Amino acid sequence: MKFGVLVFPGTWSDRDCGWVIDQVLGEQLTYLWHKDADLKGCDCVILPGGFAYGDYLRTGAIARFAPVMEKVGEFADRGGLVWGICNGFQILCEAGLLPGALIRNASLEFRCQWTNLSVERVDLAYTSQCEEREVIRVPISHGEGSYFADPATLSRLEQNGQVVFRYCDDGGRVVPSANPNGSLHNIAGIVNKRGNVLGMMPHPERCSEPELGGTDGLKLFRSVVESAARVMVS
Amino acid sequence: MIAKVIVTPKPVVNDPQGITVKQGLATLGFREVSDVRVGKYIEVSLEAASEHEARQRVEAMCRQLLANHVIEDFHFEIETDGHKKR
Repeated sequence: MKFGVLVFPGTWSDRDCGWVIDQVLGEQLTYLWHKDADLKGCDCVILPGGFAYGDYLRTGAIARFAPVMEKVGEFADRGGLVWGICNGFQILCEAGLLPGALIRNASLEFRCQWTNLSVERVDLAYTSQCEEREVIRVPISHGEGSYFADPATLSRLEQNGQVVFRYCDDGGRVVPSANPNGSLHNIAGIVNKRGNVLGMMPHPERCSEPELGGTDGLKLFRSVVESAARVMVS
Repeated sequence: MIAKVIVTPKPVVNDPQGITVKQGLATLGFREVSDVRVGKYIEVSLEAASEHEARQRVEAMCRQLLANHVIEDFHFEIETDGHKKR
């Protein structure tokens, strides 16, 4: 399976993602530069964390115009796996590949901490190795991760089961005290209706080895690898 | 011509910056303040054959990039030869 990790000027989690892919999992890895005109035959494209183009104007606002993003959009339309993590999630929202937007944390603070996530969909390529309502421990690291969508969009997301991860407490209860940033409905990650485009604020690549304090993130990467055989992309 | 664009968070969007500034003003004794919203001011210098054309172009800029319609509203003024028009 071949992963492509997208690199914009200002991206900072690309090597962390790359490490998990080729060193921990032993899968094929290629870095995709924001000016690239093709996706080099990747089966899954990751948009990693960071501050693409300095996050000027708004997070992800400029990155969505990068030449490679047109290809990412076409790839997503064909059912290709597109996975946005942190800044990548913000870019996917700005690009219109996912609904809603990420705004300033309610606390106004940059939050770098462990969070518990309730996994609400396990039928996706990204979560097939998780159990339903499993609580996974994944760190966040962002200043603008408060998920917002208008009421109509939000209810559509809920009705379609597009909320994949919610911030929860140790026992899996989705409560306000477990919400680190003010996200509506404690949303930490959503998927498009088709299920191939995932955006999430927490960083699975930072908890994929025991040395980093946890390995729950690896479940998501493993899910993608396991699912690759089943997902055929033209 | 100069377009003076103001982008503000939509009323339905929580604005923690505005809330914090409001609290700061209250601490300073400005108790009459009932609400504060923090937005952005963007100045765009542009060439246009007419004010009408400038207005259309700036409107398009706002829709495509300067504001995110999910979370922000915008309005702007066009300044031509020292005349201000909204």
